[in-house]
Amino acid sequence: MREYIGDVGHLGVLVGFVSALLASISYIFAHYTSNEQDKLGWKKFGRVLIFIHAGSIFTIIYSLFHIIQNHYYEYHYAWNHSSNFLPAEFMISCFWEGQEGSFLLWTFWHVIISLILLKTAKGMEAPVFAIFFAVQTFLVSMILGIVIFDFRIGSSPFILLKEAMYDQQIFLTNPDFIPADGTGLNPLLQNYWMVIHPPTLFLGFALTVVPFAYCIGGLWIGNYKDWIKPSMPWTLIGGVILGTGILMGGYWAYETLNFGGYWNWDPVENAVYIPWLTLIASFHTLALFKKNGTGLKFSIILVVITFILILYSTFLTRSGILGESSVHSFTDLGLSGQLLIYLLFFIAISIAIIGYRWNQLDEKAVKTTIYTNEFWVFVGMSIICIAAFQVFFGTSLPVINKIGSLKLAPPSEQALFYSKFQIWGGILITAFGALGQYLWWNQFDKDNTALRLRQFSITFLSIAIIAICIIALVHSNYNYFQRTFLGLQKDTNTFKSLIDFIITLTSYILLLAFSVFSLFTSGLVLKRLYKHNRDKIGGAITHIGVALMLIGILFSSAYDKIISVNFSGMVYAKEAPLDFNTENVLLWRNTPAKMVDYSLIYKGPRLSSPEIDGFLNKDRLIPISDDGRYLITEIALHNNDGTLIKDVGDTVEVYPENTYFEVLYKGDNGEEFSLYPRAQKNESMGLIASPDTRHFLTHDLYSFISYYDDISLTEEEKWRESANYEIAEKDTIFINDYIGVLDSVRLTKRIPGAPEINTSTGIMAFFSFYGKDQVHTAQPSIVITKENTPLSRAEIVEELGLRISMNNIDVQKGKFHFTADTTQLGYIILKVVKKPLINVLWFGTIILIIGFIVSIVRRFKEE
Amino acid sequence: MKTSHIIVLVVIAIAAAIIVTTFDSASTYVNFQTAREYAQEGNKNDIHVVGQLTKNESGEIQGLEYNPTQDPNITFLMVTDSTNQTERVTLLKPKPTDIEKTEKIVLNGHYEGDNFIAKDLLMKCPSKYNETEIKE
Repeated sequence: MREYIGDVGHLGVLVGFVSALLASISYIFAHYTSNEQDKLGWKKFGRVLIFIHAGSIFTIIYSLFHIIQNHYYEYHYAWNHSSNFLPAEFMISCFWEGQEGSFLLWTFWHVIISLILLKTAKGMEAPVFAIFFAVQTFLVSMILGIVIFDFRIGSSPFILLKEAMYDQQIFLTNPDFIPADGTGLNPLLQNYWMVIHPPTLFLGFALTVVPFAYCIGGLWIGNYKDWIKPSMPWTLIGGVILGTGILMGGYWAYETLNFGGYWNWDPVENAVYIPWLTLIASFHTLALFKKNGTGLKFSIILVVITFILILYSTFLTRSGILGESSVHSFTDLGLSGQLLIYLLFFIAISIAIIGYRWNQLDEKAVKTTIYTNEFWVFVGMSIICIAAFQVFFGTSLPVINKIGSLKLAPPSEQALFYSKFQIWGGILITAFGALGQYLWWNQFDKDNTALRLRQFSITFLSIAIIAICIIALVHSNYNYFQRTFLGLQKDTNTFKSLIDFIITLTSYILLLAFSVFSLFTSGLVLKRLYKHNRDKIGGAITHIGVALMLIGILFSSAYDKIISVNFSGMVYAKEAPLDFNTENVLLWRNTPAKMVDYSLIYKGPRLSSPEIDGFLNKDRLIPISDDGRYLITEIALHNNDGTLIKDVGDTVEVYPENTYFEVLYKGDNGEEFSLYPRAQKNESMGLIASPDTRHFLTHDLYSFISYYDDISLTEEEKWRESANYEIAEKDTIFINDYIGVLDSVRLTKRIPGAPEINTSTGIMAFFSFYGKDQVHTAQPSIVITKENTPLSRAEIVEELGLRISMNNIDVQKGKFHFTADTTQLGYIILKVVKKPLINVLWFGTIILIIGFIVSIVRRFKEE
Repeated sequence: MKTSHIIVLVVIAIAAAIIVTTFDSASTYVNFQTAREYAQEGNKNDIHVVGQLTKNESGEIQGLEYNPTQDPNITFLMVTDSTNQTERVTLLKPKPTDIEKTEKIVLNGHYEGDNFIAKDLLMKCPSKYNETEIKE
């Protein structure tokens, strides 16, 4: 099977491409044929093709999985994206690490959706599938991997290594060479969230094609309204799946990456944020059209734009055009031309069909008085569109560079550039959302309008006053913190910076006030609906979730405190400007360092093992092979109930790439806990730091390693200042600041790491070193082999920066020769950030998802 | 004029304002000389300088200094831009851990007097995701 599995896969791709193309064409015929019999014939043909297509896509996926799972490294994809020792759950991630695989994942979701649509599309089957499979044809073409007239179409995941890397020396000498191991999965992706984030995101992508196909299909056949009802639940599902996918990515970044947050306004993130905003907007206008008959044109534009923006984001992230503007690196597969055609084709089709039907679209005029829900929804959705446009335009700078031959770089304060604009979007959307929601369910009547407005104004004003107090308090506290601990002086001397300061503070106050106000109005709506109209409560729940998320985002990003402050009194380099934030602190091993609210002690490096829960002290282990097998030198490992897991001298398997740094936090209030930020040493990517976070109810404590000591030092460079000692049992020596006592010297049969002991004589010395608050032991040993050559094994006491070895034995005098080497104590550079109320963001996210699900259930019931 | 028309006009006006402010706050990719002139004109804003780590004939990286025991928050590096001008850059960050492997770096910073102070650094490692060599 091994030889031809690639051919099976490739055949699947070809069949998949042709069947998608033919399905689209036969449904076009199904629409244009007037003869009922022929119409049915074309439809039946189309359905058969859909099943053939599904079968071929499943075949491709099976083939690729088979290749990865069985380590067929003669295939480029397996070699490039997987390796022998990868845990099973990450084998799945290998599948979509490459571009081809992620296209395949997207295609897969399309297939699943098309099979569901076959049941539900009914009267609109022909137009919907004609559009749907046109989209799918383009998508499958991305993995075709065929060359026509020097133009390469798609990149095949089934290409052989010797084809992909034909210029390698090894293939000239040995064409049948198969590597023994792959190059592995990007270590950043070896994370639980990264197993589920891409499938979620691509499902979100795939779902946007349904409303698009309904909309364009409907307009094409001249049916302007019937597409709205069936496409609504799909829009909602798309909204929740895409939103969840985006937030999963954010959560992954927060857990794994060290830029210190969940959102960085990087082009890659923006590229999916923009269509998500328009998708949410489109749902609101669709719902409005269904309720009041207004806003058809706006809905059409939003539905189409959402899908186009998904294609645009694919183009941005995969064509290599982002180049220098993104921290993400992309492999350019040379598909940029093809992706551009994909994008332009559907823009052209959309413009043509919408333009053709535009004047025939009839909708009721929008009532533009502020007492109608329509007005509020329209203005709110316009604001969402403006917010989306700001991110769109900023993210498109590289495209503008290309078109206009410019050299524009992203704004130097990229996050600030977006966030200080988006916060106003957030304020207005929550404001309009709060009122619009209320009006949606409680149309004001003439009698009580004045009363209601008065009630609302008073409520809002009281909330606003409380918000002012809260922000004033939090802000002054924060400023005090910045001044005292970081030496940062907020510059409010110039007029411009004063204005900036006032605007920023006002935006915080308004965002908080309107979010709380939105909680209030949504609460009212929820209470009312819960009594009379229980299946319609989804919207109110969703709005509560959004308000909570905004509150969480506001506090966790505007008021996060760096608490890893240098308290040592040591003066740092002079070159640093005065207002420079010293965010990282040096921690010497076993030396307590004071920080804000906590005292920290770096305890040493740790390893994790697939065999044992928890962490193993790296200093008590000796590596014995390249594949991560270590020998336990001291301290047997026990279960909680006392049963022995591993004894001294046993071997244990560890994950050699990952080192965890145990840092003990002692709070000023008496609490104590340890965090284990991780450093991954990867051959191809160097060192990768991942944070460890302690979650509290009101805040998170987020910490990561910026640097650690022995990144570059070799064993020889590390040790210095050898000293020799000739001592007897019970003698005392002084090394560094420590007193060492040679407690005893014994014959031994068992020396860790020296299996040949049985045929020779071994001697082990037992030292005790008295440190500041702890006694450390060391057992250097020497083995006299049969050939009478002494083999010495040194002992390293990392906590003391000491290496001691036994060189010789003077039997007559009863003395022993030792050499002691010392090294600088280990250290880490750590950054610790306190993020207030971040749990409110995650909690709000869950509420939001629940709200969406309730709405989806309702819309499906209606259908 | 209908209210809806006013709303459309307002939206268009805001969109235009967004375009203008985006161009206004966009930084540019420049070389050291331009960055210096920019600072001499009194601009304190950060701009992006594209370059690579300075290397000697045998390909060893020159002038990369990080002394965490003295100051963990500062790294010094020698960067050569596209016009072959070399500058000692002060980076206000711990040494990025795989900086030795990068082929191209983008500095985000500005001159203060004769010193180029970089607040941030973006690394481009082309081999990061795509292996180019087969190891036996």
